Amino acid sequence: MKLINRNGFVQLVAGTLSAVILAGCERPPMDTVQRGYRGLGMEAVVNPRLLEDKVQANVPPAALPTTDVGGPKASEVYQNVHILGDLDVASFTRLMTAITSWVAPEQGCTYCHAGEDFASDDVYTKRVARVMLAMTQRTNQDWKSHVGNAGVTCYTCHRGQPVPEEVWTTDPGPAHAKGLAPSQQNIGAPAVAYASLPYDPFTPFLEQENDIRVISDAALPAGSRKSIKQTEWTYGLMMHFSDGLGVNCTHCHNSRSFFAWDQSPPARTTAWYGIRLVRELNNAFIGSTADILPASRKGPLGDPLKVNCATCHQGAYRPMFGAQMLADYPSLSKLSGKAKDVRVQTAELKAPDGK
Amino acid sequence: MAEYQNIFTRVQVRSPAYPGVSLGAGNLFRQGGTRFSYWLGKIGDAQIGPIYLGATGVLSLVFGFIAIEIIGLNMWASVNWDPVEFVRQLPWLALEPPPPEYGLSIPPLHDGGWWLMAGFFLTASILLWWMRTYFRARALGMGTHMAWAFAGAIWLYLVLGFIRPLLMGSWSEAVPFGIFPHLDWTAAFSIRYGNLFYNPFHMLSIAFLYGSTLLFAMHGATVLAVSRFGGDREIDQIVDRGTASERAQLFWRWTMGFNATMESIHRWAWWFAVLTVVTGGIGILLTGTVVDNWYLWAVKHGVAPAYPAIEPGAVVDPMATGAMQ
Repeated sequence: MKLINRNGFVQLVAGTLSAVILAGCERPPMDTVQRGYRGLGMEAVVNPRLLEDKVQANVPPAALPTTDVGGPKASEVYQNVHILGDLDVASFTRLMTAITSWVAPEQGCTYCHAGEDFASDDVYTKRVARVMLAMTQRTNQDWKSHVGNAGVTCYTCHRGQPVPEEVWTTDPGPAHAKGLAPSQQNIGAPAVAYASLPYDPFTPFLEQENDIRVISDAALPAGSRKSIKQTEWTYGLMMHFSDGLGVNCTHCHNSRSFFAWDQSPPARTTAWYGIRLVRELNNAFIGSTADILPASRKGPLGDPLKVNCATCHQGAYRPMFGAQMLADYPSLSKLSGKAKDVRVQTAELKAPDGK
Repeated sequence: MAEYQNIFTRVQVRSPAYPGVSLGAGNLFRQGGTRFSYWLGKIGDAQIGPIYLGATGVLSLVFGFIAIEIIGLNMWASVNWDPVEFVRQLPWLALEPPPPEYGLSIPPLHDGGWWLMAGFFLTASILLWWMRTYFRARALGMGTHMAWAFAGAIWLYLVLGFIRPLLMGSWSEAVPFGIFPHLDWTAAFSIRYGNLFYNPFHMLSIAFLYGSTLLFAMHGATVLAVSRFGGDREIDQIVDRGTASERAQLFWRWTMGFNATMESIHRWAWWFAVLTVVTGGIGILLTGTVVDNWYLWAVKHGVAPAYPAIEPGAVVDPMATGAMQ
């Protein structure tokens, strides 16, 4: 009897321990897709059970019914229309309705518009929305190298929320004792998928233009002084890529030689342009709204909530797994109105009443 | 003797507590008395103690304690002395070496100075412990194989934390103290230098490491398998083989045509274990000092093969083509 009890106890302990240890794991089997020459481990690994949920969560909303083309222009009917003035009124209204459902479905029109006077620029969100419209058009027209023809809409990031789920601000790090230099790493940070790598790889690489490349391009030492610490910053950024897109290293790299372009999958080029795109979005567009945003839309250091890979991708290797949403809203696909002049628009567009 | 076919020790030989041979002049006292532990007897000898610390042992423990204390307090300070966060984040916390801009100069305490100090005390502690293994072996009239094997591991430790940073001219090249941080450092180290798997000394080190485990399993299994014939008296059988050795050696001659001897198998094991860290240390020492990208080095010397491209039309570095919006 005593023996049985002892065995029961051992089983209980062993069972509890294995449950705790395995809690962070995903149940096999995984699906593996070969994406390179045989035997090189160039493969995508997906959990078919989790993928099903992810696909469900990334289905875009149905497009609003299209309207008859023609009729007066929005700029002839409404006042203070800066970007979409050339649209006919019906298409304009359709787009406004869509934007409301994409960005502020609960708050409605008054999330951006001041009560009765829809022309008023009193609400800051309306001024920000103009910058966002220009940003969307600029991305779709001039950054096909990253977004292709699928493009982006407001919904790509917002997904029915005024503030997208995945945004970032410069991270001042956790509180630490006075008189200790912060190492800017070594906390379990979700930004780098809980590695001990630097927890804010966004500020140096997705806002500033620091060099991401750390691997030497010569076999023997030839003056490269890239440090291991610097490598950890790049590594942190790559953890974000991987986490944000739901892919492993081999989506963009042949891991036998991370730096070699001639062995990389084509997705690496797309990602390269993506980094430059995100830098432009964060500086020229979002950065320009800093002085009109309230504190609730800024980080602890006063910088606006900005975008990274996960803002659009949200765990999918293509946002919404490549859904062609933009095709239903062609007015977002190229710069129009004052947005055409993207170099000056950021200062002008946000000014109240166009001044 | 079927007891030997179990995964743990079935035979516990109990004798009166034995403090060991009498110590000559120049030795300190042994302390701690003797006890017996049934459960430790399952995996080893049931007698616990006495322990001989001596001057090197005491100093080693003191220095080791100081090192752990510096590391632990720095980790705790990095979470603002919050005890809950300290426990929760412990696997992530670290004491980092100084940033690259300090080179080999002495950095301020708060910016890498503590790392340097912890490294000094830890190294002193380890070297003192090495002296202890050497002198204790000598005191027992033993050979010093143990001390030299330990010295192999210390070589790798010193290359990583001291010799290579010296040659690179920067303390920042060294390893941080921390559980996950030193693992992430290892991965970053390999990435920075173009994939350590193409480093031939890394290859050798892995071969010896895996070889060590294989030899360990082969030898352990062989001796247990012939212990029913007295094979556990393996040291006697170096010079007087007897039926256990004959059977064990016949087994390996039958299965792979060649066999070690009761003596040579222990030399094999010793060299495989020692060469793991010796070759590993050489590989680390050459990285960054002599070779900057191991993959390109391997291509240059015909080690790394070329494979067909993934898709027709090579992917080209956009920066090399000047492509930018």
